[in-house]
This record gives sequence, structure tokens and C-alpha cells, in this order.
Amino acid sequence: MSKTRGHRQSHPGALTKSPTGIQGLDDITDGGLPQGRPTLVSGQAGSGKTLLAIEFLVRGALGFKEPGVIMAFEETGEELVQNVASLGFDLPDLIARNLVLIDYIQVEHNEAGETGEFNLEGLFVRLGYAIDSIGAKRVVLDSLETLFAGLTNTTILRAELRRLFCWLKSKGVTAIITAERGDGTLTRHGIEEYISDCVILLDHRVNNQFATRRLRIVKYRGSAHGADEYPFLIGDRGLSVLPMTSLGLTHTASAERVLSGVPGLDAMLGGKGYYRGSSILVSGSAGSGKTSLAAHLADAACRRGERCLMFLFEESPSQLIRNMRSIGIDLEPWVKKERMLFQAVRPTLCGLEMHLVTMRKLTEEFKPSVVVIDPVTNLHAGGTMTEARSLVTRLIDYFKTRQITAFLTSLTAGGCDEESSEAGISSLMDTWLLVREFETNGERNRVLYVLKSRGMAHSKQVREFRLTSSGIDLADAYIGPGGVLTGTARIQQEARDASEASMFQREFDCRKRELDCKRQALAAQMDALRLEFASTEAERERIGAEEMERKETRVHDRAAIAQARHSDSVARGETEEMEMSLAHAQR
Amino acid sequence: MPKDKRMQATAPPSPPPEAGQERFILRLYVAGTTPQSMRAILNARKFCEEHLDGRYQLEVIDIYQRPTLARDEQIVAAPTLVRHLPLPLRKLVGDLSDFERVLIGLDLLAPRRAQSVERSTK
Repeated sequence: MSKTRGHRQSHPGALTKSPTGIQGLDDITDGGLPQGRPTLVSGQAGSGKTLLAIEFLVRGALGFKEPGVIMAFEETGEELVQNVASLGFDLPDLIARNLVLIDYIQVEHNEAGETGEFNLEGLFVRLGYAIDSIGAKRVVLDSLETLFAGLTNTTILRAELRRLFCWLKSKGVTAIITAERGDGTLTRHGIEEYISDCVILLDHRVNNQFATRRLRIVKYRGSAHGADEYPFLIGDRGLSVLPMTSLGLTHTASAERVLSGVPGLDAMLGGKGYYRGSSILVSGSAGSGKTSLAAHLADAACRRGERCLMFLFEESPSQLIRNMRSIGIDLEPWVKKERMLFQAVRPTLCGLEMHLVTMRKLTEEFKPSVVVIDPVTNLHAGGTMTEARSLVTRLIDYFKTRQITAFLTSLTAGGCDEESSEAGISSLMDTWLLVREFETNGERNRVLYVLKSRGMAHSKQVREFRLTSSGIDLADAYIGPGGVLTGTARIQQEARDASEASMFQREFDCRKRELDCKRQALAAQMDALRLEFASTEAERERIGAEEMERKETRVHDRAAIAQARHSDSVARGETEEMEMSLAHAQR
Repeated sequence: MPKDKRMQATAPPSPPPEAGQERFILRLYVAGTTPQSMRAILNARKFCEEHLDGRYQLEVIDIYQRPTLARDEQIVAAPTLVRHLPLPLRKLVGDLSDFERVLIGLDLLAPRRAQSVERSTK
């Protein structure tokens, strides 16, 4: 917020500015109101003119050591003190310390009109005296146009007002003059003609039964300024103007990763989960498990010892805690340890801007590292689509500058295309998860996929998303020739696959057994043959041996006969013949 | 009410008030000695002599001299003639050159009659 304040020193001789100290206003005025000049604050009744003016004085007195004078035409000092006490401004204390002086100016209506010429010296004298008595640098005239009710001679009055503004400039005080907005004109009595240095217009518009306050700088002579209509709020600490994007796209991006709490999802996101400080959107229809994904992230953050802030627009905290228990997540201990904070309100409780401020305030107080908004689409109920979008833009911008991981769930209406309906905010998101429901074979099943995830290699696979009693389970969806199968269809297909497989197995086993039998039979045959062969051989040997024995016996017999006859030659020749036949038989 | 900073004061000896003829206590607040202030003072004196002869007290106060009195008495314009008595308090803004309006402002003339007077004088 203090970033732009250095601006006015950059050009020597440029307009010096008097910082208002009002949150956001100094940003869009590039440093504050023109110093030493009057500024007109115009608006309808109840648009916050007086509060803006008084906050300018109070902040000036406390923050910039510039005492201020309030010339109150409409309310007495006591009334003013009471009215601003609700914003935490302790006017009696400031008055006691001579930092603020209130002078109530009573303007009576006189039917008879003026008795002749007059001037406003009474006002000049009182204002001059008040300024001098506390050394005021700031002046508020609230609201000067009341003079028109009391004085009928407007020619003189206008001349006197012109003189008053010149006199204020010569006094060197920075002044705020408030005026009621007229029909088609900035002020009812056209006093904007006299104050041309800086004109701020306040507006209090009602859209869809929700009031939104807006502020616009109509003109600011000699200075750059934001030209848009900025929503502003009157909170319990005064005004805050909320520039759409206060700092532009200058946030630093962290390379640190945050686990999503769902292992399967982490695996899809490159194995490491989301980036810290990134914004994550989950789209899905009712009951698709968006809140459960959020609870996983919250639980994971609390486990790491970080803090998580959850904005609920649909469920009460106790209902959420109960429901999350059914999927095995117990958030209650984290609430007790003050790591988890719930802010559950109906989106229709207040206007969008009030939501934004509450969110910002809570975030600043609780300092979470993870923020969940469930669901962000419900904010549309509190305003128009455009307003809701601008709110989300600013919120994301805000979270990013503070390195807070933002998890937003988005409810898509039935029948709508999830991808197109979120076009307004999805482009702002770093990671976009889609939970889609398929209705096939008489049942609904969820699948999850990562539509985009900036800066990381992420899975392009569709995963079946199941809520189990121990949390979210991401199963690989069955992708077969018939398309993606989920749920019962997937289970059936898997069973079918399994039965087919077992049938094949059985067939195989059977065939194997048959072959085994055949092999065994063959082996048995082979054994029988081998035995037969062996016995045949043995038989043959036995026959051979018998034959030889018989031959030997005959030779012996012959020899014995020959010996008995004493016939050498015959016997020798016969013996050789015998031996040869014996050797042959042995071979 | 302190009277030390009175610029000019006229308090002629007052006869006992008759029935319905209350005593007027008037204060004229002016801003400095401008021609406008002088004109107002002269007009005030003339008016009092003509219409409130003997039953008035007129005090002229310069708000430059007594700015706190301007605050306390709720003076915004100058010159302003304040009727402190008879009650209620009345404030007349202007240099008092229009006597009819002064008469009406001081409840000495009903507005309707004033119109008829206006017509007759024209």
C-alpha cells in the first residue's frame, strides 16, 4: 500500500499530496489529496461522505501529526463523536489532545429572509480561530450546502463560498468539503464549480438487493489517478477502498510444492502436488467430492503444522467435520489446535464487497498458508456475475501476493459443460481439476482429471475418483475397446477379464495334463522296450556262451581222441582249426 | 454576558414596559469596520429609534475581536442581529436595510400584513 507513496517525490515541483491514511484511497489517488487545496466529496445521503472526511482528519492527526478541524453543519459535536465511535475513532481523546476540534455550525432557516446585504465572515472568523487555536493542517466542512437552506440570497452565498475556498487555499489547509449529490449534477447547489482541484464521488448502489459502496475520482487536477469505480467498505476500522488489482502481476512464484493429501492426485501432478501460493480450482457438479478434496488438502496442511482457513458457503463447520469423518478425515483436532479456522456464512448475508473485506481481514489475522473457498460459485448469489468475477480476481491476486495456496471449489450446474462455465475465473487458476460424473448402466461414477496445471508435468490420464472410508482413492479407470469404464461397469469388466483369464488357465492346465499323460505313457513304453532289449541281449549272450562251451567241449573231446590215437599231424591240424572257430565264436 | 468589547452601545433610559410592549435586548454582530458593518449599525439604531423607542437595549459586537463569541452564539453570517429578549431567540442576517423584514423577523409584523404594507407602499 505504501508503494505508490514515493511517487509524488519523483517530479520536483509536482503537486504535493496529503496522504489520507485510508486503506486503498492513497493508492488510487497516487499518494493522497492535493495538499493545501480543497477537495470535494460528493454523494447521496448515507454514502459515507462524513465518515470519509472524519477518517481523513483522524488518520491525519494520528498518523501524520496534522491536526484537523471539523466544521459540522449537520450534526452536533456529540452526535459526530458517537457516530464515529463505532469505527474505533476516539474523538474525545483527540479533542483533549488538541489534535481535533469540532465546531458545530447551526444554520437556521429564516422565513423572512435576509434584511440586507451580508457576508459569511462569521464562518470565516470561527474557522480561522479554530485553525489557529490547534494549528490545523486539515479541515473538513460537512456539509457546506446546508448554508443554502438557511440563507436565501444565493448570489451573495455563492460569491462568499468562492471567497471561502480561496481563503482556505491561502491558509494552506487541506480541506474536504462534502456535498449532497444533485440530480444530474455532482452537487445539489453546484458548488463543484468552485472546487476543481479534486472531486471524489461516493455512490451507494443496490444491485439484486445488495448494497455496494463505490468510490470514483471524478477529477484530480495535476495528478495521475485511478479512473475506475472502486468498491469501498465501511468496516469496523473505518473505510477501505479496494483497488481491483493493487499491485499488478508482480507476485513472486514459489517453486515449493504442497502435497494435496491424496497420494493418487500428487502422482498425477508430477508426484509432488500443487505449487505453494498457487490457485487451484476444482469444478464439478453437486456431490462430486469437491469438498472432500479440499478437506484432504486442509488436513495435509495441518499435519505439516501449517494453518488453514476455510470459507464455507454451504455447510456449517460441524456439518463439514461430521461429513469428513465419514471419509476418514478428522478436522476437529486441528480446530482445537488453532491450525484450522472455519468461516461459515451464507453468501447472501452481505454484499460481495463485505465478503471480500471479511476474507481479507480474517486472512490477515489468522495468517494461513492454505485458504479454501467452498464453493466460490456461491458468491454469485451475493451480486452480479461480473462483480463476483472481479471479487475472485482480487481475492486470488491478494492470496498470491501473500503466498497463500488458494483452493477454490466451483459448483457447475447440472447439464452445463464444466469447462466452458468457468471460463471467467479458470484462466486465473494455476491448477484446474475437473471431477466429472458419468451415468452409465444405471449408476453415476466420478472421474477426475487435471485439465491444466501450470509449470509442472501432469498426468493426462482420467482417473476414477472414489470416496472410501479412508479417504479419496484414485483408481486407474478401465480404458478398453468399449471406452472408459468406471464403477460397476469397470468392476464387471474386470471380473469378466478375470474369468476369461481363469478359463484360459484351466484349458491350459488340462492340455498340459493330457500331454503329461502321453509323455508318461511313452516313457513307460520306452522302459518296457529297454527291458525287452536287455533280456534279448542277455539271451543272445547266453546262447553264444553255450555255443562256445559246446565247441570247446568238442575240441577237448577230439583232442582227447587224437591223443588216444597218437596221430600228431592230424591232431595238430584239427586243433588249429578248432582254435580259430573258437575265437570266432567268442567275438 | 460581558460587554467590555462593545464597539458602540445604545441604551437609552427605558420607561416601564407597558402591556404587550416587552423590552428588547438586541445584539448586532458585525465583522470589522467595513462600510457594510457601519451601514448595519446605523440601520440598527435607526430601526430601534423608530420602532422600539425607549424599550430596547442594543449591543454591537465585532466578531474579529471576539471570535469565541461568534462560535458560542452560532454566528455564521455578518452582520447578524440577534434578539435575545423577548424569547424565542431570533437571528436576522443582513445589514438591516429592509425594515419590513426586520419587523417580520422580530415578530413585530405578521408576514401577511407585511405583504399588504408592501402593496400599499408600492
